[in-house]
Amino acid sequence: MWRLVALRVAGGWSFVILEVPSNPGRSVIPVWRSVPCAPCWWDVPCGAVRRSPNGSRAVWCRSVRHHQRASPRPIGLGWPRVAPLERSLRKLAPWVAFLPCDGAVMIHSLFLINASGDIFLEKHWKSVVSRSVCDYFFEAQERASEAENVPPVISTPHHYLLSVYRHKIFFVAVIQTEVPPLFVIEFLHRVVDTFQDYFGVCSEVMIKDNVVVVYEVLEEMLDNGFPLATESNILKELIKPPTILRTVVNTITGSTNVGDQLPTGQLSVVPWRRTGVKYTNNEAYFDVIEEIDAIIDKSGSTITAEIQGVIDACVKLTGMPDLTLSFMNPRLLDDVSFHPCVRFKRWESERILSFIPPDGNFRLLSYHVSAQNLVAIPVYVKHNINFRDSSSLGRFEITVGPKQTMGKTIEGVMVTSQMPKGVLNMSLTPSQGTHIFDPVTKLLTWDVGKINPQKLPSLKGSMNLQAGTSKPDENPTINLQFKIQQLAISGLKVNRLDMYGEKYKPFKGIKYMTKAGKFQVRT
Amino acid sequence: MLDSNKDSLKLEAMKRIVAMIARGKNASDLFPAVVKNVACKNIEVKKLVYVYLVRYAEEQQDLALLSISTFQRGLKDPNQLIRASALRVLSSIRVPIIVPIMMLAIKEAASDMSPYVRKTAAHAIPKLYSLDSDQKDQLIEVIEKLLADKTTLVAGSVVMAFEEVCPERIDLIHKNYRKLCNLLIDVEEWGQVVIINMLTRYARTQFLSPNQNESLLEESAEKAFYGSEEEDTKDAKAEAASLAKRKPYVMDPDHRLLLRNTKPLLQSRNAAVVMAVAQLYFHLAPKAEVGVIAKALVRLLRSHSEVQYVVLQNVATMSIKRRGMFEPYLKSFYIRSTDPTQIKILKLEVLTNLANETNISTILREFQTYIRSMDKDFVAATIQAIGRCATNIGKVRDTCLNGLVQLLSNRDELVVAESVVVIKKLLQMQPAQHSEIIKHMAKLTDNIQVPMARASILWLIGEYCEHVPKIAPDVLRKMAKSFTNEEDIVKLQVINLAAKLYLTNSKQSKLLTQYVLNLAKYDQNYDIRDRARFIRQLIVPTEKSGALNKYAKKLFLAQKPAPILESSFKDRDHFQLGSLSHLLNAKAVGYQELPDWPDEAPDPSVRNVEVPEWTKCTSREKRKEKVEKPFYSDSEGESGPTESADSEPESDSEESGSSSSSGTSSSSSEEEEEEDEEEEEEGSGEQSEDKEGEEEEEKRKKRKEKGGPRKASPGSMGSEEEEEAEGKKVKKAAGPQGKKGHAESSSEEASASESSSSGSDSGTEAPTVVEAKRRKMIPSSKAGPKEISLLDLDDFTPPPPQPVPSSSIISTSLVTDLEGLTLSDTSLAPALLSPAFGAVRTYELLHRMAGEGLSVEYCFSRRPFPGDPHMVAVQIQISNNTDAEVKSLRVSEPKLLAGMRIQEFPEIESLAPGDTASMVMGIDFCDSTQAANFQLCTHTRHFYVSIQPPVGELMAPVFMSENEFRKEQGKLTGMSEITEKLTLPEKCRSDHAIVQQVTSAANVGRVPCGSDNEYRFAAKTVTSGSLVLITLERREGAAAQLTINSEKMVIGTMLVKDIIQALAQ
Repeated sequence: MWRLVALRVAGGWSFVILEVPSNPGRSVIPVWRSVPCAPCWWDVPCGAVRRSPNGSRAVWCRSVRHHQRASPRPIGLGWPRVAPLERSLRKLAPWVAFLPCDGAVMIHSLFLINASGDIFLEKHWKSVVSRSVCDYFFEAQERASEAENVPPVISTPHHYLLSVYRHKIFFVAVIQTEVPPLFVIEFLHRVVDTFQDYFGVCSEVMIKDNVVVVYEVLEEMLDNGFPLATESNILKELIKPPTILRTVVNTITGSTNVGDQLPTGQLSVVPWRRTGVKYTNNEAYFDVIEEIDAIIDKSGSTITAEIQGVIDACVKLTGMPDLTLSFMNPRLLDDVSFHPCVRFKRWESERILSFIPPDGNFRLLSYHVSAQNLVAIPVYVKHNINFRDSSSLGRFEITVGPKQTMGKTIEGVMVTSQMPKGVLNMSLTPSQGTHIFDPVTKLLTWDVGKINPQKLPSLKGSMNLQAGTSKPDENPTINLQFKIQQLAISGLKVNRLDMYGEKYKPFKGIKYMTKAGKFQVRT
Repeated sequence: MLDSNKDSLKLEAMKRIVAMIARGKNASDLFPAVVKNVACKNIEVKKLVYVYLVRYAEEQQDLALLSISTFQRGLKDPNQLIRASALRVLSSIRVPIIVPIMMLAIKEAASDMSPYVRKTAAHAIPKLYSLDSDQKDQLIEVIEKLLADKTTLVAGSVVMAFEEVCPERIDLIHKNYRKLCNLLIDVEEWGQVVIINMLTRYARTQFLSPNQNESLLEESAEKAFYGSEEEDTKDAKAEAASLAKRKPYVMDPDHRLLLRNTKPLLQSRNAAVVMAVAQLYFHLAPKAEVGVIAKALVRLLRSHSEVQYVVLQNVATMSIKRRGMFEPYLKSFYIRSTDPTQIKILKLEVLTNLANETNISTILREFQTYIRSMDKDFVAATIQAIGRCATNIGKVRDTCLNGLVQLLSNRDELVVAESVVVIKKLLQMQPAQHSEIIKHMAKLTDNIQVPMARASILWLIGEYCEHVPKIAPDVLRKMAKSFTNEEDIVKLQVINLAAKLYLTNSKQSKLLTQYVLNLAKYDQNYDIRDRARFIRQLIVPTEKSGALNKYAKKLFLAQKPAPILESSFKDRDHFQLGSLSHLLNAKAVGYQELPDWPDEAPDPSVRNVEVPEWTKCTSREKRKEKVEKPFYSDSEGESGPTESADSEPESDSEESGSSSSSGTSSSSSEEEEEEDEEEEEEGSGEQSEDKEGEEEEEKRKKRKEKGGPRKASPGSMGSEEEEEAEGKKVKKAAGPQGKKGHAESSSEEASASESSSSGSDSGTEAPTVVEAKRRKMIPSSKAGPKEISLLDLDDFTPPPPQPVPSSSIISTSLVTDLEGLTLSDTSLAPALLSPAFGAVRTYELLHRMAGEGLSVEYCFSRRPFPGDPHMVAVQIQISNNTDAEVKSLRVSEPKLLAGMRIQEFPEIESLAPGDTASMVMGIDFCDSTQAANFQLCTHTRHFYVSIQPPVGELMAPVFMSENEFRKEQGKLTGMSEITEKLTLPEKCRSDHAIVQQVTSAANVGRVPCGSDNEYRFAAKTVTSGSLVLITLERREGAAAQLTINSEKMVIGTMLVKDIIQALAQ
């Protein structure tokens, strides 16, 4: 293995020195001696490797400006070790950026770090990167007050750390060279999704328990740092997800988690579907789920509201079914993104979703309802929150009520609000449901449940403020969660679902649901 | 445990070891014990051993070598997955000694049958390269080979290897550019990202900037010319854009191809793909078209916060350059209290960038809400944002200023401090009106403790001490008192203030200044001591320092330019968007700079995949093909990725055709064509008129052809541009007859005359059958002159004598009659029938002009090729129109795709002038419609020619009974069944006509059928012998349904199209 020591020089010069493979870290090529004379050195074609007579020394040069031969020579003769070389270089040429780099790999290593800052899993695709890289990450973590505030991209002297935070775990990828950051981030999210798919939940305990499976999955997902198989359908064929039954059987019979039969999906016409799927009950369920994102003004008027929807499918059909799904009112969909199985051209021309589905659960489509359509806001919140300047008491009162619900009941209503720091405690009485105020995080949660239009739920009471401090200048924002079954708030309706290519008659089901997305009421 | 005989124990041991590795513990001591198990039969043990090996092989090189032979065996395994995994592990072991073995393995795998193994080979290339870069040249060879691969599975990986190993070898891409563009949509998502990024760089070096001539003024009519020629290539949109800008820029069709093919990917579920397309559009698309990416980017804002973070960074950069793009989505950037701070600040940045006169009031109202947020960092950022809005938009400056002044009474000190700093900057722009504010701020010095804010206030008072003559000395007095306790930055400003006051109002402040300077003289900070010394010399007149003293006032109270509040994202766009370097605003290791647009476009013909001769004949036939494209692409969409890969060459070659017809100047073939035209020695005016008529005719015909199938599958457009163009036509066709004619002729007039002058039409030769029909349809008014010109064209190649026995209709009906007789199952075993009947179409292989007098035509004789039953017989007709003998005519250097074979005809010793020779050669097309390319050599010249078979010629008729037919059809359902509805035109409703049309479109045999309104045909593909069953069922009236059953889905879909077209004629 050649370790590259790249020198990136200001005036358009750049050299790369290669470390000797046999005894890394020890004998570094004396750059100037390894080539016969200086002019030759300049003429080394880009990317070429020159070996010195003893065979262990090499030079690689890149983008040399021929016309600037008279420029300073930054490097002296014969250096025994990397570190002194680096140091001397710094002295000789402070304008040289000194960056080691180990070949070009997309994702070099992956560290999983839990909330308390322990690295509980590491995986390297190329040579091993020391754990100490993560110190930079911990530094950034300390600086950021909350986990979400850790910057997703951290630049360290030799590496870049790209991280995602999900399920209270940081997934930190170490990369060394330029790569589209979204590429890595998206991949990490895909890794998390896969774990979730495999183990039901993606938690530290789960990963620790299944560390071997995790390792095998990671090995399949990345080859040399480049994504190889990311479709969970394929992965599941390569490595069977653990189930209790199988674990028991495995321990008794000694059989394995690794699939005996090698998958064909990756090699077939439809890479996302495995062949030879068989079910006795052929079913296809589609859930149309819409989320309302809204910001509601103090006065109750809508500042911004939009509907984002997804169609999640659970398709368990035998063979190679070819499905088409059509809508009553496809015009509503303003912006869509598809699962790769959807035939884009058919959608473009006919507004029909035509696809050969993957086996099992998948997200067929996510869409955005155009902003021109007015969004019906199904709930309203009446609030009266004020802090009095003089006393250490504040009034708090919220009422939630239905607005435009198209005759459906609103369920699963949950109100959360982050109270200002000055609030010490709250004494509240709800007309229904339960409420909790956490005096440490200052988070108020009120689980309302169903809204009965005859008797509107309300939460009233007083707040104790810290004595002596002035009143908080901001009223808390109220976050709302709710669900409405059997309603797609945008009015989207599936027209029909047809199946071609197979003979049997599948059972089809479609469910609608509206949820609150990021629904905020400013007060 | 590892030495145990039981697999379960071994497995348990390996699991523990892997768990150790995962925890980061060193397990290298176990290496010898583990490596023994590499040959273990148990797959799971094996996998875990692989994991271990890859991790530790580098440290224990000698021992690792023990395992190599296992992998070498694995490389020969019949199972492709085992081969692939052996290669994967082998290449992951970083032991330099095995470099030659790896090299060999990669080379072998690169030509493996299985695309999956080839993909693994592509993955292995960068691994080997990083191990030993000496192998570069050899690796490049492998990359070159893999780049030519046509499967989507390989494409992404090989481009990745290309980027790692030899990103500078852009010449390797040329030939594959169009293929990559066309494959792109079917490549797996990670590959898409890599390919798009690579193509962005490629396009930057190969095409001209679409925005280069924006400033050009109105051009003469001559320029419009190019625009309408673009219409020819169905680039209506580009045309509109170019016309709107009135510039002579013509987008290279390949450039357009890239934009068109990447656009659907904006719909991808993968954020990285969307971002990659977005950056491609941002860097490559004409300004008018960049807007399409906004919607997709805004969609990404719904994703995880890390994705948001990256996307917002890019949006921030884009919104500076192209504000209009995101303006409609302003509200999507509104901030929620639950957003993480870094997201909030980025959103704020975008909002500020988007602010303009019309939306500033809404934005400011939003900002007001933000100021009351609990997140103080965010509040500070908001205040700065307000400041920037105020500087950028003069209208609201006062409002902003007032708002900020109100903030000065805020309880939070940080807020006040931040406002002070911003107000200072704002006031600097127009100090005169705002002495009130300055006074107000002077009062704040008592309360504010934040050093930056204090310093700002002091600076303000010093700078504008003339506006506040009474207060300024008082402030100085107070500051002098507290001088020792101040921060350094404040102290400096105190000295500054003192100096300025001394100069303007020395009476009141002389002593104070002296005092302050004395204090500063003994300060701990050397900066402050320096400053004090310097200022004392400057302002206090002494004998020595007279000279500078005079100018002190000028020095201190000079007019200072107001600071410009700028976004930190300005100028970030010199980094490629979406890259790590852009995100960090610093060059990352390995970042390749996005090259600037070239001043002159490099030769576009390098991308032509076919040999030049081929692209030359931009015949009508081909143009028809172009119109057909929608169908093709539709079928691609329907039949899954690999097929589209297979049917690739179609669109490929077609693109090359279009490029040569629209690329205005460069390609040499075109020049030749122009020469052709000159030779014709006809009045160009007259001729163009003719062509205009002709072309109009043709288009109308095409429209007719399309009418039927289009309704059946209106989803067939390849892309939006096409859709637009097509859509227009359909609409026109649907419109009232008179209007249509009028509109058509006027719009086509321009394009027709254009195309005639560019010569794209001149060298054309259409199949004679088509020609004849066309002639029939020529309207009588124009018949006279047209006839002549057409005949002229025909004269180039006199219809060759049909080499096939002119099998007549009677004979076939006889055959079918006979078939009808044998209804029993004991019929003649399915056998290849002798060639069916039908007018055999001839195609041109070499035009007389291009061949320097030698003209070659070919036709598919539909006879079994004598030497090899897997070959398609091609009858070649060579006529020597020169006045000299042509010697040693032969075929040489066939360039064939993998699997294709060619049986050359025996060399012709000599061909006398005026003579014609007829030969038969066999080509095994491997059941694909890929063209066979070869050279036709004479004793003096080499001509590049290619033969592309229509899909119908790739099969031979099969005789089978009805029952057999049913049985076979039952086996070929599902994916291998293709059904299409069609409407039969008037002419084509008789049995006879239908049979004739179908058999002319494809080399099939009729199968007897019990019912009246059903027609069945059967054939076998020549190479693989898979059955192709065709059923045509007539419904009431003109409706009919065509069903094709074949396991070769590509052939099936293409055949459907061909037959429908034949029937619709």
